[in-house]
Amino acid sequence: MAIADSTTLGQLSTGRRFKNGTATALVYSAFGVALIPLVWLSFTVITKGYKRFFLDANGEHNFNLDFLQQSMRGVVGGSPTGGILHAIWGTLLITAATAIISVPIGIMTAVYLVEYGRGRLKRAVTFFVDVMTGIPSIVAGLFAYALASIIIGPGTKTGFTGAVALSVLMIPVVVRASEEMLRLVPNELREAAYALGVPKWLTVTKVVLRTAIAGLATGVTLAISRVIGETAPLLVAVGFADSMNFNLFEGRMMTLPVYIVSEWKKGPAVCNDPTAVCVPEITEYRAWAAALVLILIVMTLNLVARLISRAFAPKAGR
Amino acid sequence: MTQTKAEEAPLVRPEPLEASAPSRANKAFAGLSAGSAIVILIVLAAVATFLLTEAWPALTDSATLDANVSWIRPDQGESLIEIIGYLVFGTLLISVIALVIATPLAVGIALFISHYAPRRLASSLGYLIDLLAAIPSVVYGLWGAMVLVPFLRPVFAWLTDTFGWFPLFAPDPSTGAASPTGRVALAAGIVLAIMVIPIISAVTREVFLQTPKLHEEAALAMGATRWEMVRMAVFPFGRSGVIGATMLGLGRALGETMAVYMILSSGLTFSFGILQSGKHNTIAAYIASQFPEANNWGVSALITMGLALFIITLLVNMLARWIVSRRAEFSGAN
Repeated sequence: MAIADSTTLGQLSTGRRFKNGTATALVYSAFGVALIPLVWLSFTVITKGYKRFFLDANGEHNFNLDFLQQSMRGVVGGSPTGGILHAIWGTLLITAATAIISVPIGIMTAVYLVEYGRGRLKRAVTFFVDVMTGIPSIVAGLFAYALASIIIGPGTKTGFTGAVALSVLMIPVVVRASEEMLRLVPNELREAAYALGVPKWLTVTKVVLRTAIAGLATGVTLAISRVIGETAPLLVAVGFADSMNFNLFEGRMMTLPVYIVSEWKKGPAVCNDPTAVCVPEITEYRAWAAALVLILIVMTLNLVARLISRAFAPKAGR
Repeated sequence: MTQTKAEEAPLVRPEPLEASAPSRANKAFAGLSAGSAIVILIVLAAVATFLLTEAWPALTDSATLDANVSWIRPDQGESLIEIIGYLVFGTLLISVIALVIATPLAVGIALFISHYAPRRLASSLGYLIDLLAAIPSVVYGLWGAMVLVPFLRPVFAWLTDTFGWFPLFAPDPSTGAASPTGRVALAAGIVLAIMVIPIISAVTREVFLQTPKLHEEAALAMGATRWEMVRMAVFPFGRSGVIGATMLGLGRALGETMAVYMILSSGLTFSFGILQSGKHNTIAAYIASQFPEANNWGVSALITMGLALFIITLLVNMLARWIVSRRAEFSGAN
């Protein structure tokens, strides 16, 4: 859409040229301004996040991976030990449970909306999926907490409660993404299957879902990358923990986002004991290092999603 | 995720011929998919029901509530309903700040990607903006509290000194100076703005891309500059889409917890001084800060607040969806 050079037809008035130039400059700078926080934040997280990895148990400047191999059990004061192993496990387990709950429900709902749905129920489901995307994350956490309090007992906080909260946030995202992918499957494929006498459910499972598998995988990966960074619902429904906990159904668990908040909340460590190794900034180092790990996980998931869709896209496109 | 509603396929879906005996598996699969759809309706009903059940004690028995929850102080003008009033005000104020900053930027970004950027780069640049949405809110909170706020503190002080006569930028009446911490409503609003920009610009971008090509070409053929073409063809077509996108951003900003919780120095007033610390708080941040130490009655009171937030965001989102979908009906121009 090139703008024709107007000299041949006559000159643009100065006012119009000025307005056009200003608007162009503003539009370009809007984009530039939006990139500032992205670059600034990434830069900060990297430059502050690596420090914990270069601090060993004696407070010396040595590269080590203790941070990924230790929990916070028994770590007190400004001791330059302690890590996120428990938080990584918590995040993995809770996110896996969330995906196990949300993905089947989400994809089957999308199948319903695209292949089966008609009339009132379809309209209602479409509308309420939209409504569900707008539920604030903390409300989802409160819901899961209320559910557990009523069914199991007041004050119940377990990993599974967190998974329920995250599912409320993840299901609508999976439905939306899968619905769009299923709509892209050409009708000719369905017709061909029916013409061969294949029953509808086999057509859906063996033809439609299989054709859309790359798109579905992309959508699910993106949905996981969204819920993996959720903090507020886990703060409410799962709480904090300092030790390892592999049981989703009993006891509190730590997760990466909540770990960041709890380290940040501690503030600088107080060094009273001159005999112990003490680094006052250790809590800050831990928070930034955990943020770095979390961002790396989220970005990797985003990248994987993009690679999946790129690897399979040309075939679907032709 | 905030895509606009997927277009309904106009084609009639082909149906397989019924076999002599309708297969049981067929019915089971159809039932399974309809069942999943119904699960979603049940979950939403459950969210409303369970929140209401847990909030019920706080809503009905205010005497016991006041006696059991230390931060509810009716004698100091901080009964549950009054606190909710302060919090709703704070939530709206900070969300509006975020939108005032984010909307023009997001529209500019959407225009850049839909009409200004080189075609070849446009989708990659759009992906860059989407990355902003991928960063977890807790990381925004950490960055905001430890990097952005210290950076903005002198800016806020300058604003207060120079434009202190303007009510929004008024200095703290008790000290007569700018906030020494910088943890004020404007700082929280700026970080929220960064978080909602990708949402608003994603929806706006889709709407702008749907502008009928003929309208654009007609405008250009009449000798319009690119900006005049945008004003004559793109904006009128996309106006309701922009409004809907902004409301979706509002829905997100209203419910955002961690960034506000980590940045804002909280307080309960109806102050418009967005450069004064300790004056505002939002519903979500208040819940997050009180929840870990709350007893049963406190939890009930906090869930009441959550219910209020749920209802507000529900209304905003429904209105937004309605505006966006109405646009689809009236875009018969093409």
